[in-house]
Amino acid sequence: MTVTDLNVDDMMTPYPNKVLKNRKKHIVAKTDGAASCPQIEANTRTVPGIISQRGCCYAGCKGVVVGPIKDMITITHGPIGCGYYSWGTRRNKARADDRTPPEHIFSAMCFSTDMQESDIVFGGEKKLAKMIDEVVEIFHPRAINICSTCPIGLIGDDLGAVSKAAEEKHGIPIIHYNCEGYKGVSQSAGHHIANNQIMEKMVGTGTDGPAGDRVINILGEYNIGGDGWEIERILEDIGYTVNSILTGDSAYANIKNLHSANLNLVQCHRSINYIAEMMETKYGIPWLKVNFIGVEATIATLRDVAQCFGDEDLIAQTEVVIERELAAITPELERYRSICKGKTAFTFVGGSRSHHYQYLLKDLGMEVVVAGYEFAHRDDYEGRDVIPTIKSDADSKNIPELHLEADPDMYEEPNLHLNMSKEKYDELVEAGHFATYDGMYPDMVDGGVMIDDPNHYETEELIEIFHPDLIFSGIRDKYISHKMGVPSKQLHSYDYSGPYAGFRGSIIFAKDVANALSTPAWQMITPPWDKTETEGGD
Amino acid sequence: MLDCTPKGPVDTHKTGTINPIKTCQPLGAMYAALGIHGCLPHSHGSQGCCAYHRMALTRHFRDPAMASSSSFTEGASVFGGAGNLKTSIKNVFAIYNPDIIAVHTTCLSETIGDDLPTIIKQSEIPEGKYVIHANTPSYHGSHITGFSNMCKGIVSYLAESDGNPKKEQLNIFPGFVNPGDMREVQRIVTEMGIPSIMYPDTTDVMDSPLLKTYEMYPSGGAKIEDIRDSGNSKLTLALGAWSSAEAAAILQDKCGVPGVPLKLPIGVKATDALIMAVKDGFGVDVPASLEIERGQVIDTMIDTHFHYQGKTVAVFGDPDLVIALTEFLITLGMIPKYVITGTNGKNFEKIINEMLEEAGIEGSKVKAEGDLFDLHEWIKEESVDLLMGNSHGKYIARAEDIPLVRVGFPISDRAVHPLMPVTGYRGCLRLIEMISNTLLDRRDRDAADEDYELVL
Ligand code: SF4
Ligand code: SF4
Repeated sequence: MTVTDLNVDDMMTPYPNKVLKNRKKHIVAKTDGAASCPQIEANTRTVPGIISQRGCCYAGCKGVVVGPIKDMITITHGPIGCGYYSWGTRRNKARADDRTPPEHIFSAMCFSTDMQESDIVFGGEKKLAKMIDEVVEIFHPRAINICSTCPIGLIGDDLGAVSKAAEEKHGIPIIHYNCEGYKGVSQSAGHHIANNQIMEKMVGTGTDGPAGDRVINILGEYNIGGDGWEIERILEDIGYTVNSILTGDSAYANIKNLHSANLNLVQCHRSINYIAEMMETKYGIPWLKVNFIGVEATIATLRDVAQCFGDEDLIAQTEVVIERELAAITPELERYRSICKGKTAFTFVGGSRSHHYQYLLKDLGMEVVVAGYEFAHRDDYEGRDVIPTIKSDADSKNIPELHLEADPDMYEEPNLHLNMSKEKYDELVEAGHFATYDGMYPDMVDGGVMIDDPNHYETEELIEIFHPDLIFSGIRDKYISHKMGVPSKQLHSYDYSGPYAGFRGSIIFAKDVANALSTPAWQMITPPWDKTETEGGD
Repeated sequence: MLDCTPKGPVDTHKTGTINPIKTCQPLGAMYAALGIHGCLPHSHGSQGCCAYHRMALTRHFRDPAMASSSSFTEGASVFGGAGNLKTSIKNVFAIYNPDIIAVHTTCLSETIGDDLPTIIKQSEIPEGKYVIHANTPSYHGSHITGFSNMCKGIVSYLAESDGNPKKEQLNIFPGFVNPGDMREVQRIVTEMGIPSIMYPDTTDVMDSPLLKTYEMYPSGGAKIEDIRDSGNSKLTLALGAWSSAEAAAILQDKCGVPGVPLKLPIGVKATDALIMAVKDGFGVDVPASLEIERGQVIDTMIDTHFHYQGKTVAVFGDPDLVIALTEFLITLGMIPKYVITGTNGKNFEKIINEMLEEAGIEGSKVKAEGDLFDLHEWIKEESVDLLMGNSHGKYIARAEDIPLVRVGFPISDRAVHPLMPVTGYRGCLRLIEMISNTLLDRRDRDAADEDYELVL
């Protein structure tokens, strides 16, 4: 089945007219020969009553971006639930290192002001201030995050004032995020709010970053299942110094030195592009969109990064590492490839993985026929070129924009950050090297479908239409596809496996996918007494 | 792991919660609503809550937990969510076609003060379909409170009495337990020959089979007509005071069905109490089959007592579960050293302390509205032989090197448990097996070569 046979109107028959009109704009098919991506509607409100897979602003801010910072205590200011659900559920692995001793790792803990009725009536500022006092006394953290939840915005607690007073009292940074769940239309608003505060309150405040001329930050990498560590291993083998991963296995102690890097790599475009851009404006540090998911993608990325510095030794060492790593994984990868080859898949995840994993699946000979993002913006589908044409609406206007300028003391021209002549740098810019991202569209197969904010009904329909062999999604639709006889793997949590990034990760992924496709139970669904003679098997 | 927690006793932690043993009301309401056949739970608030609650339920049950949301954005938060709810009701019936929508609030719609009964009255509800609701403000109680509130909602909207006389049938409010537990309680009552109506009933909903056709509304769940008919039953058994007592009280007021409050039937005594209540309520004899089952448990307790007797144990989780479990542990001869729940209710401490006192156990610590940080600090002062509670206990288990038996909600790192009972006599056997084997595994692991033995 290809998209030419897909009739969106037919697929959506039960939809009331208004819903149909709305949802149609969120679906774009890639057809033969279309030169550029047709416009897709994204980052707009979910239709009430629709079973969407989206989360909220708080989930994006605390759950994704700031929660993983291992040496900060993150207090959820609100009733108990929000803090509880974002506790230990995203698998951001973290460990002690020479900067952060074990006693300073708080990321396995859950802190909540656990607001009660009277706090809602009389305000929660006092309770929050008191909890800050207590956790400082008990844990002595280096810095604290305060994330607010839905009711806090409504009752009007002034987090800024509480944080400021506590900061003065305790002499440590206390950073607050007005990330009430109802802001924006999805997690995306929370990513943005977190980016702003990290940029304003943390980055640039440190003076003890690593020295060197190949210092790199990896932005938008959350170290799910240890992905960040595999990426770091490869980069350090080649000769880079990884300053900080944002925010997987990251520490406040490192984030404050983010500005001491020569280059920023952006893995998840959706959740972190703001910081990359702001750092370029403020410090002149160039950024590069990368992808460490997939063997070919990792190789291409490593070559791109080496080009940024243009140093011959580095380029040569890059090839040495690539060759060595490839030799180590190829035989095993081939074995799994023989199981996976020719199979089709859906990828339904947050804001970047649905794109990244297409590369790894391609390595395995698989094709992604439907790909959806829960909370992307148009640029994640259509490429960054469309950013100037995106109109802001009432929901996006509620998210503050930081307008930064070049820092008079710390700004340096991008080419100087890279130890490169202006001409050479301009050449690379001209070639589309830095600060670009073409979005998911170019990598979709012909006849493939991109769907924004995919919901339960559409997922079920699309499975029936396309009969994919495998679905990559989150936990909420995982078991639905199982009931339909389609295996699934979680791409948020990797079904508790990983790492999936880089060279070694690709093998683990390939094994997991091959196992999901071939586990014997799929052949046993029909009981023998229901089998017809011709059927023989399932 | 947890190296950041302080060594000595801490009396500075008084405000807020660190490492909770509870979560918010809507999760419980959603779980209860899933126990009605053909029901789509609906979360009235921003979509993040709904996503979180579905995620938490799905992780525990490894089965889909379907629910829709009013998807508030800033506008609805300021001007009220009536429009969102009405649109939702219309869309949900059109697209997902449930028999009934069970709406619960979140702390957002509660804080705004949306008046659900009025909004529901103004909504378009197709002929023969229902919309019910429960208020579940997250800044009060816990997921158990939310479960109880939705049970109350179900009774108030749906149960009806046709007048007297009452039918020879039994209502069971099962409490916040797994489908495996509900199925076990139903089996016992059926064994006694009494027709029963259980609600909520998540059997075949949250442990539904894989038959290759996905059903948005699986075959299980309490049917609306049965819930309606529960107003005509002779008796209601409310299992678990926190989760079921209030719904039973409402049913008694509304339809005149007497409600008997019981513990969750975990352990021999509590299972005996369930059977006695049915026996007394309907004047039936206890069948030999149940007597045999009971005898098997007693036999096992005697055969295995030296595996666990005298061992100290820390129990944490939801109040109904913890109360029944503590009673069972005492009958096993174990020493519940620390007993803690996150949910409020002063009765909890009183009930547990009385049980301990009666058993002559001294020096235990008991706390309602506590958290795992409290428990961990107690354990650091004086350790225990065994931890019993949900998956969140695994961090303490590792930090303090104590074996953990997983029981309660959520269990997010083990499989199969939702289908297996801890209730009834079979549940007793399962608990004894888990406790014994965990302690014996530990003994094997720690044994010196010369002490490593084949027979234990
Ligand atoms: S906002 Fe309230 S209802 Fe929603 S998850 Fe948080 S505590 Fe629960
Ligand atoms: S890949 Fe998706 S889920 Fe992950 S951080 Fe990016 S936007 Fe969020």
